[in-house]
Amino acid sequence: MEQELEIQRNEVRLVNYIIRRMLYAIPILIGVNLITFTLFFVVNTPDDMARMHLGIKRVTPEAILKWKQERGYDKSLIYESAEKGADKFTNTIFFEKSTAMFFFDFGRADDGRDIAHEIKTRMLPSLAIALPVFILGLISYITFALIMVFFRATYIDLWGVVLCVAIMSISLLFYVIGGQFLISKLWHLVPISGFSGGLDIGKFLVLPVIIGVFSGSGASARWYRTIFLEEMGKDYVLTARAKGLPESIVLFRHVLGNAMIPILTGAVVLIPSLFMGSLILESFFGIPGLGSYTIDAISSQDFAVVRAMVFLGSFFYIIGLVLTDISYTLVDPRIRLE
Amino acid sequence: MKVLFTYLLSFSIALLSACGSDSWNNPYPPSAENGNILYSAFAERPKHLDPVQSYSSNEILFTAQIYEPPLQFHYLKRPYKLVPLSASEIPVAQYFNSNGERLPEGVDNEKISYTVYEVSIKPGIRYQPHPAFARNEKKEFIYHNLSVEDLAEIYELKDFFYTDTRELTAHDYVYEIKRLAHPRLHSPIFGLMSDYIVGLKEFSNTLRAAANLQSGTTDKGTYLDLNNFPLEGAQVVDSHAYRIKIRGKYPQFMYWLAMPFFAPIPWEADRFYTQQGLVEKNITLDWYPVGTGPYMLTDNNPNLMMVLEKNPNFHGESYPVGDKTNNLNSDLLEDAGKPLPFIDKIMFYRDKESIPRWNKFLQGYYDASGIGSDSFDQAVQITGQGEATVTKEMKAKGIRLEEAVATSTYYVGFNMLDPKVGGLTESSRKLRQAISIAVDYEEFISIFANGRGIPAQGPIAPGIFGHRYGKEGINPIVYNWKNNRLKRKAIETARGLLAEAGYPNGIDIKTNAPLVLYFDVTARGPEDKSKLDWMSKQFQKLNIQLVIRSTDYNRFQDKIRQGSAQIFEWGWNADYPDPENFLFLLHGPQKKVGNDGENAANYDNPEYNVLFEQMKNMDDSPERQEIIDQMLRILREDSPWIWGYHPKDYALYHEWYTNVKPNKMSHNNMKYHRIDPNMREEKRLHWNKPVFWPLAVFLIVLIVGLIPAVVIFRKKEHGAGIRNSEKRGEIG
Repeated sequence: MEQELEIQRNEVRLVNYIIRRMLYAIPILIGVNLITFTLFFVVNTPDDMARMHLGIKRVTPEAILKWKQERGYDKSLIYESAEKGADKFTNTIFFEKSTAMFFFDFGRADDGRDIAHEIKTRMLPSLAIALPVFILGLISYITFALIMVFFRATYIDLWGVVLCVAIMSISLLFYVIGGQFLISKLWHLVPISGFSGGLDIGKFLVLPVIIGVFSGSGASARWYRTIFLEEMGKDYVLTARAKGLPESIVLFRHVLGNAMIPILTGAVVLIPSLFMGSLILESFFGIPGLGSYTIDAISSQDFAVVRAMVFLGSFFYIIGLVLTDISYTLVDPRIRLE
Repeated sequence: MKVLFTYLLSFSIALLSACGSDSWNNPYPPSAENGNILYSAFAERPKHLDPVQSYSSNEILFTAQIYEPPLQFHYLKRPYKLVPLSASEIPVAQYFNSNGERLPEGVDNEKISYTVYEVSIKPGIRYQPHPAFARNEKKEFIYHNLSVEDLAEIYELKDFFYTDTRELTAHDYVYEIKRLAHPRLHSPIFGLMSDYIVGLKEFSNTLRAAANLQSGTTDKGTYLDLNNFPLEGAQVVDSHAYRIKIRGKYPQFMYWLAMPFFAPIPWEADRFYTQQGLVEKNITLDWYPVGTGPYMLTDNNPNLMMVLEKNPNFHGESYPVGDKTNNLNSDLLEDAGKPLPFIDKIMFYRDKESIPRWNKFLQGYYDASGIGSDSFDQAVQITGQGEATVTKEMKAKGIRLEEAVATSTYYVGFNMLDPKVGGLTESSRKLRQAISIAVDYEEFISIFANGRGIPAQGPIAPGIFGHRYGKEGINPIVYNWKNNRLKRKAIETARGLLAEAGYPNGIDIKTNAPLVLYFDVTARGPEDKSKLDWMSKQFQKLNIQLVIRSTDYNRFQDKIRQGSAQIFEWGWNADYPDPENFLFLLHGPQKKVGNDGENAANYDNPEYNVLFEQMKNMDDSPERQEIIDQMLRILREDSPWIWGYHPKDYALYHEWYTNVKPNKMSHNNMKYHRIDPNMREEKRLHWNKPVFWPLAVFLIVLIVGLIPAVVIFRKKEHGAGIRNSEKRGEIG
């Protein structure tokens, strides 16, 4: 009975915690929105946006005014002194464009397309790259780090670290171009770029996934190695060894289990952001995901899309942080969320 | 888990299917491999496909294949010549005075009050199959009043089950002209056309009022039937003829009739696409065109690919008969008289980065390619005679080069409102002339454009009436004509001019301070730094200090609009092949500052302005040429621009891609092109055999590398925790 009550109390605490965290998220999101808005409009006036959209040839001032009126960019940015009372703040571009977003109504891009629809259709291609990179990456980085730890103080550990430093010192762009050159151009093993929604999607994913995993391996494997080495110095490892357990059991069962908290911190926070895609990989491999959508929007000064993507990115990040906290309690029952 | 499983499954299937064919790197689905399909790439997704709104070159690539304006340019003839497309013949301009009396040909321009073009269209032309035309047995339109339930399963245009067509009529052309003034659309040429088409401006006000009355706002979603509003400047004569009435005389109007702005739009399509439910689903005329041309857009996913397929209702057109005296390659005439189009399907894939695009071209997966500066040396070599040819590597692959001088110009402008470099005083003129001589564009073209350009002698690009070639066409302020070639004047001449301007050796005699000038550019990446360094070096030849003022693109545009820039780079791409389209860039009333026109240098010379007004409405004739010569003389003397250069476009084509003649004016050229899919397939297989040895080497290295690791592992796992000798020592 007492135990059941305790479980119920924990559940209530967890729900309270989540609600509180979601409420904290609101001012953060407003802040992010305000910063995006300010940064965007410092370099871009609504007139610039109209000109960008209408083209540079034969654009008349009337056409610019009409474009702004249609999209509600003819109002003041943040404060309208001519209005009365609350309207001073509400009858502005910032208020009108921001409030709807909190209800996930992203509106239309400057070219008239529905942003929510674009996000929906582009999320899957982004996930098609990001998810395998994440899962395979996690498995291979941890494995590689464990191998280095297992062979610590041998030439494998030394050269492993050297390799990690080398990998993390080179830009992702180099791996992309080099990978395309070697694997696609010289060896003709996979297409250089492209995407397909069908079953032949695999051949387009191999190279970007390999490159995504490989390029991240240096930094991540080193980080995991450090975590594992720290665990190796603890008393329970000594005890396990003293019991006569083989080193592999000590590592894979005991050390790996106890190193889960820092691993989770790094990994779970990333999961929601996977939807947002990768800017460089998507651009170079012609993947029609959200990463390339964001890049396109920035280059075409489409504020509606930029704002929606930044909002969504921040939102997913906050979700990631909450998930991380919850996952702590699952991995380590001693942790309570208050 | 399910997702992971799907990936693994699809990857295995992909590998298996790849093992079946010989080329693993083929980016296309097996079903599409050997068809009569042209493969092309696009970098930027088109914003507008509605012909009334579309103006960019990446949009017209699509719209020009789908929509048919009344006229087009002859594919093979140069100089560019207009020929009928959907019109039965080239319309003749009829001139009238203010009393409505017809005036004879060749009458004084001042007497002309308005011009009428009567356009007759060919009978029997039908639209592509489209749901907007679909009717039931009662002859009612099936999809004109769609409810939310009807739209539940509709996501794309191809989700509509029924389609139909109808014959093209003159009403559709008039409807499109009316759409130029539509209050919910942004036509880039509305401002220009409302100066010419009689009543268009007033018509726009009428429509705006009607739209406001209809819905309270100008929001999308309510159909505004333009047939109910008459426009004086565009009227239907009968079902196959319509009349356009133009204010005064404007011979260049004929060129506009060859652009998609004047293509027909059926009212049914407008009615269909204005339904709110479709707008919400992004199904609009801006996204799904409906035309009478040789191709129709069947798949529009510009994030990934766009597909044009042969229009089954195409009225038929035949490959043009060329003029043998026109320096034509005989291969281009082989198909003369054969029915168009030759290609069944055109797949445009979105490839944003140039490196993958270029490599796919080399692998045979794209049929044509432009040449980036990164790949220029790999692709092109310049012979001793200065002629460009493909390199041996390209030749071995059967790739050929096609070049054409673009109807564009890149120049450096002086802001004529600037107190230092502007104005029409003798001193400022000489300063600009000196700088024009010092900035060596031949060197620029050779260093930065890989030789792809010709130094400009004035604003008019080659191939356009008014441009003179050879000795007659040189700019005598900057060049001499020596040994049958252009020769830039010596830098001493420039120094002399600079001294006469009041800046001997770059020192202002009035203030005794060094002359400092400002070059306004947009903030750019490191690759442009060398260009800016080069520019500073040109000014240093005259001991002038050039300060680079770099800002972002928006601020740069502001500076130009407000006239606060001093020296700047700019360019122009011609709309139509007429000198007026270049010379208006220096017409005083077209100034940027105050008038928001296209004259970015704010040049305003009354003598030039008068000549421009005289020249602009003339037909091409020796008299017109004479006036143009006079105008060019004034311009060269005043030097409001450093004339810069006219770029040359180079493009590479595979052996199997034929009937290509670059045409910088018309864009509806894909119907003339031909490919040989069998040759392509053979070459693709030959060029893309998978190479397996690196995989084998990788595996061997991995295994060899693992051996010592395994040895250490076994030692660690099976060895004693403490060595025997140590044990003995402890015991001892």
